[in-house]
Amino acid sequence: MSVRKPLPHDAAPLHVTGAARYVDDIPVPANCLHLAFGLSEHAAGTLTDLDVSEARSAPGVVQVWRPRDLPGPCDCSPSNHDEPLLSGKHIQYLGQPVFLVAATSHLAARKAARLGRMTVTPRPALLTIDDALAADSRFEDGPRIWEKGNAAKAIDSAPHVLDGVIEMGGQEHFYLEGQACLVLPQDNGDMVVHGSTQHPTEIQHKVAEALGLPMHSVRVETRRMGGGFGGKESQGNALAVACAVAAHATGRPAKMRYDRDDDMMITGKRHDFRIAYRVGFDDEGRLLGVDFTQYARCGWAQDLSIPVADRAMLHADNAYLLDNVRIESHRLKTNTQSATAYRGFGGPQGMLGIERVLDHVAHAVGRDPLEVRQANYYADAPVDRLDTRGPSAPSRSPEGISGPKKHGVGEAELAEDMASRGAASVVPAGPIPDQGPGQTTPYGQRVEDFLLNEMTEALATSCDYAARRAAVQAWNDANPVLKKGIALTPVKFGISFTLTHLNQAGALVHVYQDGSIALNHGGTEMGQGLFQKVAQVAAQMMGVSMEAVRITATDTSKVPNTSATAASSGSDLNGMAVRAACAQIRRRMAVHLAELFENAPEHVVFDDGLVTVGGHELSFAEAAKLCYEGRVSLSSTGFYKTPEITWDRMKGQGRPFYYFAYGVSCSEVVLDTLTGENRILRTDILHDCGASLNPAIDLGQIEGGFVQGAGWLTTEELVWDAQGRLRTHAPSTYKIPACSDRPDIFNVALFHRRNPEDTIYRSKAVGEPPFMHGISVLMALSDAVATCGTGYPMLDAPATPERLLAAVQRVRDGV
Amino acid sequence: MGKKMHIQMTVNGKAEEFLAEPRELLIYTLRERLNITGPHIGCETSHCGACTVTLNGKSVKACTVFVAQADGSEITTIEGLGTPDALHPLQVAFKEHHGLQCGYCTPGMITRATKLLEENPNPTEEEIRFGMAGNICRCTGYQNIVKSIKAAAAEMNAAKEAAE
Repeated sequence: MSVRKPLPHDAAPLHVTGAARYVDDIPVPANCLHLAFGLSEHAAGTLTDLDVSEARSAPGVVQVWRPRDLPGPCDCSPSNHDEPLLSGKHIQYLGQPVFLVAATSHLAARKAARLGRMTVTPRPALLTIDDALAADSRFEDGPRIWEKGNAAKAIDSAPHVLDGVIEMGGQEHFYLEGQACLVLPQDNGDMVVHGSTQHPTEIQHKVAEALGLPMHSVRVETRRMGGGFGGKESQGNALAVACAVAAHATGRPAKMRYDRDDDMMITGKRHDFRIAYRVGFDDEGRLLGVDFTQYARCGWAQDLSIPVADRAMLHADNAYLLDNVRIESHRLKTNTQSATAYRGFGGPQGMLGIERVLDHVAHAVGRDPLEVRQANYYADAPVDRLDTRGPSAPSRSPEGISGPKKHGVGEAELAEDMASRGAASVVPAGPIPDQGPGQTTPYGQRVEDFLLNEMTEALATSCDYAARRAAVQAWNDANPVLKKGIALTPVKFGISFTLTHLNQAGALVHVYQDGSIALNHGGTEMGQGLFQKVAQVAAQMMGVSMEAVRITATDTSKVPNTSATAASSGSDLNGMAVRAACAQIRRRMAVHLAELFENAPEHVVFDDGLVTVGGHELSFAEAAKLCYEGRVSLSSTGFYKTPEITWDRMKGQGRPFYYFAYGVSCSEVVLDTLTGENRILRTDILHDCGASLNPAIDLGQIEGGFVQGAGWLTTEELVWDAQGRLRTHAPSTYKIPACSDRPDIFNVALFHRRNPEDTIYRSKAVGEPPFMHGISVLMALSDAVATCGTGYPMLDAPATPERLLAAVQRVRDGV
Repeated sequence: MGKKMHIQMTVNGKAEEFLAEPRELLIYTLRERLNITGPHIGCETSHCGACTVTLNGKSVKACTVFVAQADGSEITTIEGLGTPDALHPLQVAFKEHHGLQCGYCTPGMITRATKLLEENPNPTEEEIRFGMAGNICRCTGYQNIVKSIKAAAAEMNAAKEAAE
């Protein structure tokens, strides 16, 4: 049994010895070129002259490209063809690449990249949401608007109405390994690319397009990334295209690695948002109507901003049933870095909007915010829908799982394997009860797997919420300066790419005649443990030990047309594709061995490194050898597409998500009301990973996601000056949570319940959802501030000490 | 090009000798000259700790040490701590207790932790937290890193007791 076990990361032995290779660790041929970009010093304007003669004659420089020296526009955009590799006439942001230097060393290239002379006629830069609104600078024609019920009418007729605004900052990914790429030119003008990327197929596509090659001439390989978090979904394109251009022009290998400062100046970050709201509610705090206006600052290029802003709209309800809601979304174009994918992909921003509304309403009606939240929750799914046969406590007893213990290749399972490839309709998990039209999201998807009532009760009990709420009150009554706050907040996160066609994956599995198995799939490893989980699936399917399975680097020549490893979908999609490939091989082996031993294929069992047929017992290696000698194909592709999803983004209607992942977290903080300094005293999290494929890896994702989410909302502040220069472009000024910034008490537990949808071994996606547990920290800080007076804190994010002090003042003034 | 300087150093027990510009940064010396790629380049401004090595018994960030400063020194990197067959207890603990995700910070993290445990063989969680605060991890939330260091300390103390 391989799935469900808390096994270590597959590359852990390499990581702890320093032997795991990242792009920058790959030995390069002696004649390798090193590249660097010359960057714009202006945020907006017209480039009238570009003199690179000094850079060209700098030591070690081999070649310099101005925009006009490129073979074409060399577009780097993942969406809209609006990102030329080098900006020609139009300067769009401060830090935009303007020329490209190739030199014999990294440092020589970087030095020369400072020697370009740009003559720019500046024009006023649009830096802020207000600048963009005033200039009507936006992507898409106008705001996107989705509506359910009649929000305006419901608000107008409600007993109470509130208005408010929350501003939330962006976030730098700060993947520890900066962007890096190495391109090796091949015979025939072909290119081999080693990229630190979440999206090898996109790199392949953009490199091929830039050089005018068919995609089969470009092979992209990604063994691992030193962190991605969305920042390597599209932001590596420029490096790959630059290296390919240089390799193509010179015939020499080319490598590019952004220095950290350059990385922060050039690449996109999380979108900052402003969300304005108007809400009508009753005396109990039940929401009767909500109107949101979301403003997303998208930066200079479209990149992934449209789906990011869509996902913010799709999470405007979070865990709450809203009968009358209107969501208006503005995607604003500014002269700043092009905001991009970042863990949660707009979801956290949308969710923070409604969490602020609940906090504000609770303050207005004078009730505990938790009670108000619970009063507005969707209803839990009926128990028969949820199929509670799942593991009771897999992290302690990983063996105690559901599902077949032995793998006979029965008809039912074959059918399931067919279904897993999308070749047949999926067998539903059980009867889907008719819940009526009430239980739908603002975009019309029925919420059929809701767990948060039960999870909230469970966490409130285990973290002793009521008693601690009283203790916080008592502390605050006794202490005039140090104020405590506590908050318990939910997460409901939709799983699937909202661009429906991306929900597909491929895999390639080989069984060798010695019984060893090589496994490849379209997902990329960025530390999240995807390779480990998928290898566990393969070992489970073939009934072998983990040692028999080797996971190989993601490679566009092995599995083509892959989607980015994003949207938390890595193990959902690729696990299923690998299962399909393994099922195919297992079936072929079973048929052959059954014939050999005069038995039926369904009596061939693969388990524990053995293959048994009736009374015969073979090692898996012996079985593989027999099959090889019997001329059985021991290699198979596998394919999966997520079933049942349909989505019309223009109307805002459909079922964009296959299922939802849930979680609750409770944080307690203490705030010094004289300085704004604060600490997280305790955090408790209960999170739903379905029937976890690997509880240890999932717990790691939850812990890390929470800390990153708390960082977004507290210490991580991006500051641009009036010229549009990012002033926080290094970890000296941009504050990432350190080891000493954690909660004193940090309890994280998995909520064990099988996914009612037919996902890989009934697990759930885990990459993004836990990030939003950080919201409990911001709400706890708001709670602490609120004790200082009668006003509502209106606390913006990140809640830096400066913002906290300002909020304390507002509350004291009673505004 | 500046004048080159004759440099001698011992890295992971091996004597090295070469000519280098005095202001070459130690991280480049290690990674590019000596092909020791365990210490990684993270921020190049001594904040993230991915390049942490031990220099004459002290934890340093190799991205802000000139090779001239390292002349005559003894340096230990992650590669000098253990081999795949004979891992250092900290290496075992990081592997077994899931003290890593993407792994990029891990070599610096473990190298720093060896010094921490030398300076304080029995640290409290608080002391670990502050002793490791110069090394950033973006993935794990540090929970399992602290757990790994605690486990290694216990293991090392038990081994020491058994030896005595």
